[in-house]
Order: sequence, then C-alpha cells, then structure tokens
Amino acid sequence: MPSEVLGLAAALAALVWGAAALDARLGASPQSRLVGGGVARPWREAARLLVQQRRRTLLPDVLLTRIGVLTLLLAPVLAATVLPLGGAPVADLDVGVVWFNAMEVCVWAALWLIGWGANSVYPLIGAYRYVAQGLAYELPHMFALITVAVGAGSLRMTDIVQAQHGLWYAVRMPVAFLVYLVSALAMAFWGPMGQPLGRDLAGGVPAELSGADRLLFLAGRYAVLVVVAAAAVPLFLGGGAGPLLPAWAWTLVKTVAVLVLLVVARHRLPAVRMDRFMGFSWLVLIPLTLAQLLVVGIVVLP
Amino acid sequence: MSVAFWALAVLAVAAGVTVFVVDSMARATFALLASLLAVGGTFLLIDLRYLGVLIVLMMVMEMMIMAVFMIMYMMNPAGLMPMKMVHNNRVAAIIAGTVFVLLAAGTLFTPWPAAKERPGGDPTHALGLSIMGPKMLVMMVIGVAILATMISTVVLATHKGRYDR
Repeated sequence: MPSEVLGLAAALAALVWGAAALDARLGASPQSRLVGGGVARPWREAARLLVQQRRRTLLPDVLLTRIGVLTLLLAPVLAATVLPLGGAPVADLDVGVVWFNAMEVCVWAALWLIGWGANSVYPLIGAYRYVAQGLAYELPHMFALITVAVGAGSLRMTDIVQAQHGLWYAVRMPVAFLVYLVSALAMAFWGPMGQPLGRDLAGGVPAELSGADRLLFLAGRYAVLVVVAAAAVPLFLGGGAGPLLPAWAWTLVKTVAVLVLLVVARHRLPAVRMDRFMGFSWLVLIPLTLAQLLVVGIVVLP
Repeated sequence: MSVAFWALAVLAVAAGVTVFVVDSMARATFALLASLLAVGGTFLLIDLRYLGVLIVLMMVMEMMIMAVFMIMYMMNPAGLMPMKMVHNNRVAAIIAGTVFVLLAAGTLFTPWPAAKERPGGDPTHALGLSIMGPKMLVMMVIGVAILATMISTVVLATHKGRYDR
C-alpha cells in the first residue's frame, strides 16, 4: 500500500511538471526557445510564487478562498486514487467510476469558491463561466462514463481494464471516447475551454491570487489535467495492456500520449464560446452519447 | 463505526445550524453542502458505497446550482454586505418545531419492519434491480418530472427565444 501511494504521488508530481513544462515550451517565443526557454519555467515560476508576498483584495472571504484552493488540488489527487497504474490502484473501490466523477465535480465547487472569495469582479465572472461550462459538459461526460461502465458491466476501474482485453473501448465506443476528450478539456478549463481563465477577464478565476495561493492553484489545475488524461487510459485505452513493456510502463506511455494531445490542443485550437458550446453540447453531444449508450447496451445485452 | 457515525451526525447537524448563523449566502450554501456530505458519509458507513458517493456527486453539483440561484434572487446580489439569514422568526420557529416533532414522532412510533434476512450480495446490484423492477414506475415519473422542471427553468431564465442565437 505505501509503495502504491508513493508511486501515485511521484507519478502525479512528475506529470504535473511535465505538462507545465511542455505547455511553457509550446507557448514560449521562438527566441527564448533557442536558449532552452520553457522547460525550466515551471521551477522558476514556483520559486517566484513561493517568495512573492500575498496580495489582498478589499473584504475577501479568505476562508472560502482557502477551501477552494485546497479542494482544487485535493480533488484530482483523490480522483486519482481509483486509477490503476499498472497494478492495483491505491483504492480499488467497487464504485470507482462514480468516485472519480464525484471528485472531479468538486472542481466546480473549488473554482466557484476561489472566484467568489476574492470579492473582485473578474474572478467572479470566471467562476460563473466555469459553472455554466460544467452544466454544458457534465451530462455528455457522465453518459460517456456510464457507457464504459455498461460495456464492462462494472463500476470498478480494474474490471473495466479487464473487460478491454480484446479491444480497447476507444475503438469499440469511439463517440464516448471523443466526448470524454472534449469534456476533459472542459473539466480542466484548458485550451479552447479555458474561458473561465480568459484573457478578456484579466486572467479570470485566479486573477487576484498571488504567492503560495497561486502556486497551489496552478498545481491543482495541472493536476486536474493530468488526472483526466490518466483516467482515459483505464477507461478507454486498455489500461496497462500492451506488448513487451510492463503494465506500469504502458500506462505511463498512454497517459503521456493523452496529456500531450491535450496540451498541444491548447496551442492549436481556437477558444470556444460557452453559449455556443452549451447549445452544441445539449443538442448534439447528449443525443450522440445516448445513441452510443444504446448501441453498447444492445451489444452487451445477454 | 459508532464513533464515525456520531462524528458525522454531529457534523451534519452543526453544519446545518451554521447555515442560519453565517452572514453570507456563499457560506450558507457551503455549510449546507458540508452537512449533506456528512449525510453521504453515513451511507458509506453502512456499506452503501454507490449511494454514498452518489450523494457526494449530486450534492456538490446541486449546491453549485443552488448557489447561483440563491445569489441571483437575494436582495444584495453581490453579497458584499453581511446579511441576515433568518426572517419572520416566530412563524418560522413554529413551523420548524411542528415539522420536527412530527418527523421525530414518526421515526419513534413507526413499527419498522424487522429484516428477515441479512442483506447479501452487492448492494449496488440490488439497488439497480429494484429501480429497474418494482420501483420502476416511481423512478420514471420522478425522472420525467425532474427533466421537465429543468427544461422549464431554463426556458424561464433565458432572455432569448429558441431561434435567437
């Protein structure tokens, strides 16, 4: 058990740094790329934030802000405890999929609390944008997760991995996989779905965060991104299954592949307007995922 | 087990009381959420893991939507100034007291059926069979009612008509 906890913590920390470094590298100007700019930036940024003094707004709700920042980091870590990293997960819950979903929904509360707590207009607008985004992505996302659970006949992550021995669910239920990837972007408020932190809002939700609070916020945000990428592996990409390499190595390779895809998407895709996405999500994605669920349901019907 | 139960029970009641003590709508919402999460925790204690985790999932989402609505409807929209969470105290106290006495009397005097056998097997599975079997009518009616409520709330809340994008 302790070795699994340590392994999970180390993997999360390494992937969070890796995602931040790749993101900085892709976002760096060509000049700074020549001198190796980007890769060291997460460390420099962390050091800068650690010594930075806290800025305060007028009449902030400090308690709610702190709860929000801690939740943003804790929720993805707790969600990751049900993910099998090759061997058994830290907590092999029989309702692992529901647990994962519950923990990722806590990100809604975290972001709203941070946006509210600062008593400042831009963070608040960003927070409401995220809640609206949540209402748009959550139902298709849940249907995608339910489709996987129906396909495997179990809510336990390890059973879902077992059920994909013949064929990955990414192939067997492609619509659910694509919807999962879209909702992963939305959940991590990343790239095209990054409007809660939009430039038009002067940075949005974390606009007033500074120092250690901001460092925790950024770590939490990357942790959410890493965990939603990592969850795609047991859910859709066959977990640790693969030739030659051991299971943990395949899990890592697949996780990194999904993570790179998500990080690159940020630098390649345009921003999505949230009201448009809401309509698209409810009118197109929900019926599509329901149809996918129906197909899978008919196929697995005994 | 009973220590955990009492801790969760005290937390649920204390957080419930906090809802009426704090002076901000946001804090009241999240105090209510804390109370409901403690209730979800008690479900985990009796091994109803699916229901317990589902309560956590649904309550977090529900309270976020509640927060939006409560703040939208209150007199002090931004919540910048402290506000009182209780109004019309005497009538409220009478109603609350009556309801409490009724519910408490109900729990104490109802002849609860004794369990004939130990529940066996997977409770999640049993729940699914029950929802899809004898309780299906109730669940379908509730499901459609909730969906209709959601759609009508959205229609009432939106400025635009369905063709205006």
